[in-house]
Amino acid sequence: MDIFGVPIQAMMGQLMLGIVNGSFYAVLSLGLAIIFGVLKIVNFAHGAFFMLGAFVAFLSGRYLGLDYWAALFLAPLIVACIGMAFEYLFLRRLYGLDPIYGLLLTFSLVLVLEGGFRVAFGSSGQPYPTPEALRGTINLGFMILPIYRAFVVVAAVTMCLATWYMIERTRLGSSLRAATERPDLTQAFGINVPLLVTLTYGGGVGLAAFAGVLAAPIFHVNPSMGSNLVIIIFAVVVIGGLGSIVGAIVTGLALGIVEGFTRVFYSEFSSTVVFLVMVAVLLLRPAGLFGRTEG
Amino acid sequence: MPDPAGATPATDPGSPMLAIRGLQAWYGESHVLHGVDVDVRPGEVVTLLGRNGAGKSTTLKAVMGIVPRRSGSIRIEGRETIRMRPYRISRCGVAFCPEDRGIYATLSVLENLELPPRVRSGGLGTDAILDLFPNLRERLRSAGTKLSGGEQQMLAIGRILRTGARLLLLDEPTEGLAPSIIHQIGNTIHRLKEQGYTILLVEQNVRFAMTVADRYFVLDQGQVVATHDRLSFERNFDSLMARLGV
Repeated sequence: MDIFGVPIQAMMGQLMLGIVNGSFYAVLSLGLAIIFGVLKIVNFAHGAFFMLGAFVAFLSGRYLGLDYWAALFLAPLIVACIGMAFEYLFLRRLYGLDPIYGLLLTFSLVLVLEGGFRVAFGSSGQPYPTPEALRGTINLGFMILPIYRAFVVVAAVTMCLATWYMIERTRLGSSLRAATERPDLTQAFGINVPLLVTLTYGGGVGLAAFAGVLAAPIFHVNPSMGSNLVIIIFAVVVIGGLGSIVGAIVTGLALGIVEGFTRVFYSEFSSTVVFLVMVAVLLLRPAGLFGRTEG
Repeated sequence: MPDPAGATPATDPGSPMLAIRGLQAWYGESHVLHGVDVDVRPGEVVTLLGRNGAGKSTTLKAVMGIVPRRSGSIRIEGRETIRMRPYRISRCGVAFCPEDRGIYATLSVLENLELPPRVRSGGLGTDAILDLFPNLRERLRSAGTKLSGGEQQMLAIGRILRTGARLLLLDEPTEGLAPSIIHQIGNTIHRLKEQGYTILLVEQNVRFAMTVADRYFVLDQGQVVATHDRLSFERNFDSLMARLGV
């Protein structure tokens, strides 16, 4: 069976690939959006923390014998701690200044981390084994579904929903939203906003690291794996609306799918389509699809 | 002059609940407060009066620690707070209701109400606050800023009662509200006063202030230029009105 002359198997395969990529976009842009919302800092280092997550999984496997499941749990925590130390020692000195300083500092962190890992491990990339329980494929009849990729989608969507729930439905989340909207007043109510800010940065880069561990078995673990993604992630956040949680999740997944379909019909175009969508959205809805226009 | 660092300041009626001495504050380069001295005794309602820009709101914000720079001395129940971080100050037992009411658009009415953490025992529960302001009860799920101005003001006052703070700083609670709502807010302030709350009020509406205040501090260009009790305020009413430009 064909759709517009494309066999359904190929179509579904690309769709699946799009959804997997979209899952990474969603988790990464979610973290970026939360960080931007609370810190008003464009975290250029987001891709580097994604890469760091993958490397922590790889290194803890090689030197500590930790398996994938332990890494999936521990690597985000370790990276979150590194992120919180970075926020506490450096980033917080830049709040209230021109956003360009935050961008420069986080970009410098990218150069340091990627450069460091390139010196230590080379740029070619290290393979990371797919966990045994998730190897193999399922034949769905209309397509062959690799189990690990399905797992990535489920894990990423679950993580997004959990984060959304935490922000929109819990007490910690309402404090966080209050701190985003009116940091000064929120402090005057006795809420420790500086601590919330540190935790937010930790949480945001922890999400990036979680995506990094999920990505490790699919892409090779290499120092520039984050840089390749981070530009698309920025486009996703801009399309979704800066600081919008739901926007980041939905747009991330949707753009992955758009990319997948574009690859089927006109593959040369697939790496550009996200940016065309961005241009269109900025022209029609400058605040982004889910953004609130400042009243 | 009672010793502000006394061991049991709150129970001594002579010792101030809030003692501000030589308070200076800055917004960037602009020097807004030039040595403000204000005392508020337990159970009192004290009103700050003054023209626009005299430093009334800034004084309240400086007490809460949310001005960019401040110096001098601010003792709450005898504890020096001038060097405390903002989120610690409220834990000394003070709560603030800002001029713009500070209702969060991204929080529901219930979330707005339940946002401030309890700083000590004796705070009102959610139900007790809703009994005080029954209008809010049907609107708990709507976004905070979808409420009318009067309802937002009630929410803003109601939510600081849950913290257990006994010292309330209210910045122009009647601004822009209809007379019937102003009347309701006045009743609320009276009731709070009866229950022993101490209130430092900033108010442009002098007639409203006169219905609730025990004492007045008149600010001009960042300094206290006059203090009055009820009696001397009424005696000097006309010259004060001229001075305030009301």
